[in-house]
Amino acid sequence: MNSSVATAVSDVTSIAASGQALRRFLHGLPGVDEAGAQARAAMLASRSIKTTAKRQALDAAISMIDLTTLEGQDTPGKVLAMCAKARRPDPADATAPPVAAVCVYPDLVPVAVSGVAGSAVRVASVATAFPSGRASVDVKLADVKSAVAAGAGEVDMVIDRGAFLAGRYLGVFEEIAAVRAACGDAHLKVILETGELATLDNVRRASWLAMLAGADFIKTSTGKVAPAATLPVTMVMLEAVRDFRSAHGRQVGVKAAGGIRTAKDAIRYLVLVNETAGEEWLDPRWFRIGASSLLNDLLMQRTRMASGRYSGPDYFTMD
Amino acid sequence: MKFEYAPAPESRSIVSLRDWNGLFIGGEFVPGTGGSGVFKTVSPATEEVLAEVTSAGAEDVDRAVAAARAAYERTWSVMPGRERGKYLFRIARILQERSRELAVLETLDNGKPIRESRDVDVPLAAAHFFYHAGWSDKLSYAGYGPSPRPLGVAGQVIPWNFPLLMLAWKIAPALACGNTVVLKPAETTPLTALLFAEICQQADLPPGVVNIVTGAGDTGRLLVGHPGIDKVAFTGSTEVGKEIARTCARSRRRLTLELGGKAANVVFDDAPVDQAVEGIVNGIFFNQGHVCCAGSRLLVQESAAEDVLAALRRRMATLRLGDPLDKNTDVGAINSAKQLAKIRTLAESGDADGAQRWSPPCVLPDRGFWFPPTVFTGVSQAHRIAREEIFGPVLSVLTFRTPAEAVEKANNTPYGLSAGVWTEKGSRILWMAGRLRAGVVWANTFNRFDPSSPFGGYKESGYGREGGRHGLEAYLDVH
Repeated sequence: MNSSVATAVSDVTSIAASGQALRRFLHGLPGVDEAGAQARAAMLASRSIKTTAKRQALDAAISMIDLTTLEGQDTPGKVLAMCAKARRPDPADATAPPVAAVCVYPDLVPVAVSGVAGSAVRVASVATAFPSGRASVDVKLADVKSAVAAGAGEVDMVIDRGAFLAGRYLGVFEEIAAVRAACGDAHLKVILETGELATLDNVRRASWLAMLAGADFIKTSTGKVAPAATLPVTMVMLEAVRDFRSAHGRQVGVKAAGGIRTAKDAIRYLVLVNETAGEEWLDPRWFRIGASSLLNDLLMQRTRMASGRYSGPDYFTMD
Repeated sequence: MKFEYAPAPESRSIVSLRDWNGLFIGGEFVPGTGGSGVFKTVSPATEEVLAEVTSAGAEDVDRAVAAARAAYERTWSVMPGRERGKYLFRIARILQERSRELAVLETLDNGKPIRESRDVDVPLAAAHFFYHAGWSDKLSYAGYGPSPRPLGVAGQVIPWNFPLLMLAWKIAPALACGNTVVLKPAETTPLTALLFAEICQQADLPPGVVNIVTGAGDTGRLLVGHPGIDKVAFTGSTEVGKEIARTCARSRRRLTLELGGKAANVVFDDAPVDQAVEGIVNGIFFNQGHVCCAGSRLLVQESAAEDVLAALRRRMATLRLGDPLDKNTDVGAINSAKQLAKIRTLAESGDADGAQRWSPPCVLPDRGFWFPPTVFTGVSQAHRIAREEIFGPVLSVLTFRTPAEAVEKANNTPYGLSAGVWTEKGSRILWMAGRLRAGVVWANTFNRFDPSSPFGGYKESGYGREGGRHGLEAYLDVH
């Protein structure tokens, strides 16, 4: 994946010069053997992370969380409570780090911005007719612009899976590039919705497609489709960002979202990052976990490591 | 963020290390008689002496064979298959129940990572007993006639690389078919075989059906040359295998041999690169390369060589070498000082022949026997490291241009135990598999084992098959 791809991607415009050229490039990427990828991910999941390493991993995982609420029933009150939790996850322990960002629907961005004001917590907004992505390009771009105008520092867009599965890669590419332009200074996370792409070959192609089109992050899932993030899928995406950087010189982040509920799960993802992309990705700038209930399990484990005892869920806030 | 994994050692308190002053004969641990001696078995990771073990002499081997003969004639060969099956099922269950104990003991005595003994050796050993337990009462459906008969007493000699697993490969089919056995484990790794003897007692296996005699080459010679046995099964080096073949040629004893290998792992330029790299790593660094079917020759298509080797080096840099009992260790200790010396000699011949040696930065422990994961590039077919079995974590890389050249180079060895093919093209896999002269051809995977799949060699890798329906033939009177 080094020299040959380096030459190939030296000019993104030539790769995306036509639908055919883009298709040739994406289908020229090395295949992914599903059984082998699953076996490798399962082996890494058996790593035993204990004592000091576990303590380090728990704090790292907390600092990489995009604390998320994406429900029809979201209210300003709910979002403000979540922002308070994001800034200080454990009211009983000020040493617990804040999370990386809060993630909300575009109309609640102003509330979230006020909720995290004065802290390092960033505001991310889903956009582009999340979660289905079924709207005209104009509507999607308007969605993005309103989120950015309201103060979102990060935009989580969804790709047009229908177009991708139909083989209209250039359409997907152009839409991502247009959203990228509409984001201005905001970071763009591109949700591949891997549960709908189905094969790991598709995951690899979609990852490259999004990176070529300008994604700052590639993200597994909306959380609205099962399966959401899985270890093999995230591993293939980590391989893609690793190879893309060595070919293209630009580092892209990865966000695993949906289905990561326990501290044990989260630590497995950190091991996966460490042994696939490498330690340079073990940073909230380059790896995120989209989750809501995960945070409390991390905090409970953290308290257990410090006190030697498990305390019940009643001692942790529900927000 | 630098993410250092804290030590995560598996507790060794589950095993009780003691001196097994005795041999397992006729269902009991008995002391050695005249002509016997004592030897020490050490942990290759620390050189700590683990136990003293009896070295069986001629009288001991006589007693063991006599016990096996008596059990064969009075009990085991006349017992209905479904009853034999019950014992095998029981042994399989106990192997599972005591899996942690077996894994820790195996890792202590052999030096292999606990992750492998826990996830591969012990589960596969249990699986072999489960599989063959099922055959016990179905032998008339195995394709060897309506009522195939056992052979009698089997003398079995196994190597040190997978001590418990090789024991299972030998004992499970022999017992399922109605034979009784005298088994000799390797002198550097006798402990799990002795623990297995205890499991036979726990399973109430009739006395004499399984007998374990410990010792070195001399004990093995006494066993395979013993006139009281009907069948010899050996897994080990080609050199010893040839000696055993000469011994057995002068007798009516049946013989199966599973010997060395120098397997080609063939990677085409359309391979799934990340999984191919995993397969290369698993092919040669699994069990420190102490694997007869190890993918010790990487044949990579020249047009993909640069990318594959860069990815391989990057991956090798993440291998974790060290304490075999640490649950995060990927590469453990070399089994013995003797084996380490052999690996060093062959690696030095690679330097002398002009191949380029590379190992990732890696600190070797001060005590014990260690060799870093190593890859040689610029290797040609004429080099010793491309021809001789190293049986260590040393990979020789050769390149090829066309599928025909890949087949020619892969087959250009006196061995023929296994081969691997990596390509996304199904038709090419089948084309290659039909032409590779190897007992096992893995496609887009390597070093995968299953009790239902026969395993064995071509050419100097031996004859006979172990596992599957085919493996039963070695323990049935079918000629």
